[in-house]
Amino acid sequence: MSEQSTGSFNIRDYLREDMFPHFLCPGCGHGIALRALLWAVHELDISNDKLAIVSGIGCSGRIGAYVDANTFHVTHGRPLAFATGLALSRPDLKVVVITGDGDCLAIGGNHLIHACRRNLNITCMMLNNEVYGMTGGQASPTTSQSRYTTTSPTGSIEPVFNACDLAMGAGASFVGREVTLQTPALKNLLRRAIDHDGFSFVEVISDCTEIYGRKNDLGDSPEMILSQKGSMRPDSYGNIVDEPFRSNHMKTGVFVEIDRAEYGAVYRNHVKSVQAG
Amino acid sequence: MKAVGHLQNLQGNHACAMGAIAAGCRFFAGYPITPSSEIAEKMSLELPKVGGIFVQMEDEIASMGAILGASMGGSKVMTATSGPGFSLKQENIGYAAGAEIPCVVVNVMRGGPSTGLPTRPSQGDIMQSRWGTHGDHAVIVLTPSSVKEIYEEMIRAFWLTETLRVPVLVIYDEVIGHLVETVELPAPGSIKASMRKWASGPSAEFQPYEETEDMVPAMARPGDGYRVHTTGLTTSESGFPTQDPIQVEAMVARRLGKLKHHADDIESYEAIDCEDARIILVAIGISARAAGRAQKQAREKGLKVGLFRPITLWPFPEAAFHASSEKAKHIVVPEMNAGQIILEIDRLITGKQQTIGINRIDGEVIDPAAILCKIEELA
Repeated sequence: MSEQSTGSFNIRDYLREDMFPHFLCPGCGHGIALRALLWAVHELDISNDKLAIVSGIGCSGRIGAYVDANTFHVTHGRPLAFATGLALSRPDLKVVVITGDGDCLAIGGNHLIHACRRNLNITCMMLNNEVYGMTGGQASPTTSQSRYTTTSPTGSIEPVFNACDLAMGAGASFVGREVTLQTPALKNLLRRAIDHDGFSFVEVISDCTEIYGRKNDLGDSPEMILSQKGSMRPDSYGNIVDEPFRSNHMKTGVFVEIDRAEYGAVYRNHVKSVQAG
Repeated sequence: MKAVGHLQNLQGNHACAMGAIAAGCRFFAGYPITPSSEIAEKMSLELPKVGGIFVQMEDEIASMGAILGASMGGSKVMTATSGPGFSLKQENIGYAAGAEIPCVVVNVMRGGPSTGLPTRPSQGDIMQSRWGTHGDHAVIVLTPSSVKEIYEEMIRAFWLTETLRVPVLVIYDEVIGHLVETVELPAPGSIKASMRKWASGPSAEFQPYEETEDMVPAMARPGDGYRVHTTGLTTSESGFPTQDPIQVEAMVARRLGKLKHHADDIESYEAIDCEDARIILVAIGISARAAGRAQKQAREKGLKVGLFRPITLWPFPEAAFHASSEKAKHIVVPEMNAGQIILEIDRLITGKQQTIGINRIDGEVIDPAAILCKIEELA
């Protein structure tokens, strides 16, 4: 990335460099997603002090610790629950949840749909790499059918969750998906999501090269990331792409962006009216 | 004569909510469950009046998560539940114990296990309240036995959790929760405000889990410039995960050591006529009320009987129990379970003493007559 295209963004302003080297495997897409997130934070001029990152358990859950902000690494599947308490009581903070396909859609699925319904100012960035990487490569709710994992040794036979459809069905006021291949597009999507008044859900197609890629012979990191290309078009910067992505016919872009009363504001108005008698 | 205006009829669960608000609780997240729902209902009505936040979450786990999120944001927080919900909250109670996040969790005990007896009283969660979450951890458990005491113990619960950064669990049986008594509440403003120690000084030098003399590290409030990391992983003093055996041991030992270091502030009990007692009754909640009556009747009959009532159940007021039971031969433990408090008493008694349990596991309360009958048998 040239200096020109990233403007004044210097990722080192947002990292706890004393935490490096990081723990991610070579080729993992999560670092790209984190870069895009911090780039969006920079463009929105959010100070490190006012940024709160809440993450769950898994590879996705660990990357928040590298951010020089208020970071909370909580229990498996519960970052949206913790974030609800934090965002409701501290509307001055920008609360971003970093979660994964297992954390968000399996153990934390109930919290996702209710966060969508409640519409509190939280941005949920779900990194979808189709696998439980931290525990060694078990099948997740987004593991593509017939793919091999340590708990689907003959190929996964379970149907797959479409996370964005789920969020839309639950009433989320902002829903989008992007791939790590196009970091600027991902940054733009995250920027719109964080700037959105209400709950925003962003699914990031990330890659688990070391565990999932090797198990399924999907190639090394460059091959896996470039395979995302099939779903990308130049006009995908914020637009829906009709091309199918992988076997799930996934699209990228912004699917929903509507004005709906933000719950924190609604609650504070409720307090005012109660106090006014 | 005191002003009658201060007197009011109050239900135990309502006193719980009012005591919490008086203590400064401004965030409640909960989920409906019998027999604790009146606490959430009262909170939904009262918290907005004082600018506080009430939120009904999607489940018990989310309620526990939400209060911890709000506590990490700087609010004084609580949730309330019963049996099955208490089980569901345990993992996040462990998070609060590990990351030292102040919070108060109320458990109005009903019959278990599982759905059990939703509307019937029990005292079956004695051991769960101490060891419900996995791993070595510190918790404080308070167990009031009257409506007024619920109010007072809620204030103490917030004081303890805020000053020690240990989760405080307040447990009482359904009878105490639904009991209506005439009480005189302390005047507003007379309650000692409590708040955790906030980080101060240069942020570069701040260690979120620093070893201090009082063993309670200061907490960093998001937005104040400290930008710390909070995690359920075991950390070093820096707040970042470690597996270094020396640092791990120091961290775990400090968290556990807080209870002993602050035992005088934590432990609370009532000892009635124990000095010369040959028989000591040990009971909590509604069983302590029954034991109290039996003890009084026994004294009227000239029998040397005392009552030892732990108000702090965990850590058990060990020294006070020893002092109170010095002359006793028999320790009678009436409890509405198959025998849980008695296990702790068995651990504490001397070789010359003997424990006798009076147990009910049928969803009914213990009759004072049954206790008196046992006293007369032993005397």
